[in-house]
Amino acid sequence: MRSYLPVPTRPTPRPGRSAASTRHIPFQTAMLAMPPIISVSNLSKTYGSGFKALNNVNLDIKRGEIFALLGPNGAGKTTLISIICGIANLSEGSVTVGGHDIVRDYRAARSLIGLVPQELHTDSFETVWATVSFSRGLFGKPKNPAHIEKILKDLSLWDKKDSKIITLSGGMKRRVMIAKALSHEPQILFLDEPTAGVDVELRKGMWEVVRTLQASGVTIILTTHYIEEAEEMADRIGVINKGEIILVEDKAGLMQKLGKKELKVHLQGRIDAIPASLATYNLELSDDGHAVIYDYDTKGDRTGITSLLNDLRNAGIRISDLDTRQSSLEDIFVSLVRQV
Amino acid sequence: MNYRAIRAIYLFEMARTWRTLLQSIVSPVVSTSLYFVVFGAAIGSRITEVEGVSYGTFIVPGLVMLSVLTQSIANASFGIYFPKFVGTIYEILSAPISYLEIVIGYVGAAATKSIILGLIILATAALFVPLHIHHPWWMLTFLVLTAVTFSLFGFIIGIWADGFEKLQMIPMLVVTPLTFLGGSFYSVNMLPSGWRTITLLNPVVYLISGFRWSFYEIADVSVGLSLGMTLGFLAICMALVWWIFRTGYRLKN
Ligand SMILES: Nc1ncnc2c1ncn2[C@@H]1O[C@H](COP(=O)(O)OP(=O)(O)OP(=O)(O)O)[C@@H](O)[C@H]1O
Ligand SMILES: [Mg+2]
Repeated sequence: MRSYLPVPTRPTPRPGRSAASTRHIPFQTAMLAMPPIISVSNLSKTYGSGFKALNNVNLDIKRGEIFALLGPNGAGKTTLISIICGIANLSEGSVTVGGHDIVRDYRAARSLIGLVPQELHTDSFETVWATVSFSRGLFGKPKNPAHIEKILKDLSLWDKKDSKIITLSGGMKRRVMIAKALSHEPQILFLDEPTAGVDVELRKGMWEVVRTLQASGVTIILTTHYIEEAEEMADRIGVINKGEIILVEDKAGLMQKLGKKELKVHLQGRIDAIPASLATYNLELSDDGHAVIYDYDTKGDRTGITSLLNDLRNAGIRISDLDTRQSSLEDIFVSLVRQV
Repeated sequence: MNYRAIRAIYLFEMARTWRTLLQSIVSPVVSTSLYFVVFGAAIGSRITEVEGVSYGTFIVPGLVMLSVLTQSIANASFGIYFPKFVGTIYEILSAPISYLEIVIGYVGAAATKSIILGLIILATAALFVPLHIHHPWWMLTFLVLTAVTFSLFGFIIGIWADGFEKLQMIPMLVVTPLTFLGGSFYSVNMLPSGWRTITLLNPVVYLISGFRWSFYEIADVSVGLSLGMTLGFLAICMALVWWIFRTGYRLKN
């Protein structure tokens, strides 16, 4: 039996953001080379009301990745997840999960999936232990108290195992729902806004759980409104808006492709205006007059930084410090969604 | 077959029953006792015998059926309505289980509960009147068939209902009148012939008649017909459930 959190295949658990550049070790490269674990083709969804919530969506999820689905309210994220998980019927197109068609071969497809829905749906009068055990049975797995104990401990729910769910706080309930989704050892985990209403510390803990899951080979698809969450967690990011996938990209690639960088040049003295000789750089003067800000494109062949520094010196402006800032995913996201 | 899933749903539903054990058993027992006091004592003192059995004894099968019918519908409709209402249905829909397995789990649990109740009421009745069951196996067959059929019917109501009013409406407006007019408290043969013909359109008549026959070998209609009608209603309910799941009616968007 595959245990919930086996010893990570990678030599050391990824400690956090700083190690992100060392992410693509052979283990993961091998996994990513396999056929997609979820393949969505030409998927459309029209609700009974006539509303078209998804419009010809095509999307492949790679085995073992963390995929973040970003989009504004009502974009169709939950609809997409609901269809893949069997909660909503599709109108057109097809979806395979682990190679199994979700309609024809629903048993095989669904048994691979754990779902944590967006809304908190729980049985108020059940105990935590009973409801998590129930989920495992529902997915046809034999009893395994040790496994459930492990999950509850990992999610800091162990001391609540005999509590009725109605007595738990919202954040605890959400963790109960995660425990339910993990109870049957899924290969794919859907987290529909997993950290909504969860405090900062627990959110970090949850991210830790997600990373450990990924290390054990679980593919994770999450939706979120917290861009920093996608930025911190995801390997790839998909942006959905008005029922259409408008972009799917490696996170790093996305940041680079669309990323603008900002160079802030701190000055020794203060200036009142940008000298005319520097007009071509489109500089912006900081409010206090002690710095100038230069936007440049990391994609460009030349950033123009060297010549800017030269020209600044020629203009007799003395520099005390430099710093650069990469535009965040949030900036990218906002500009993308505005475009359409 | 995903037997573990069936088991999980069945046990989950039964756990709900045990949690509410007191109200689910006490209230039918109390109301049955009341029926005995009111109908048995008050009316029974005027009608001494119906077709050779004392009135109190005569009404026992009808009373049991009355409770089994209403309880089956109530249990099963609530059992599936509630997850829909609080949203926990998402898990059932996303699980690797077939519709048949869902139905077996929910309907099985609802039927089990009402069969247990039927037997408890029978035992309560035995405290008031002497009982003799001529055909215990047929009695059980009718009991189980009725419990399953009406649990299925309740399941359908629970899926159809999109509010608590609707959940109550069918049992209140349709089932209770039909059971009261279905010969629980009288023999159809006691009615004037016009009424008798109308009464025979009521499916509950056949259930009660067959059930009563298994006790006393007295029946309003032939046992074969009773059995046939019960099975027919069962088939209709199964067809409806099949259609519901095939289309995802009121379950899936
Ligand atoms: N059952 C339904 N019937 C009709 N329209 C629906 C239904 N469910 C969702 N919609 C519509 O479909 C669109 C997409 O909804 P969906 O829940 O998928 O959005 P979302 O991206 O998950 O949004 P959020 O970030 O707010 O969770 C919305 O416009 C919504 O109003
Ligand atoms: Mg949503």
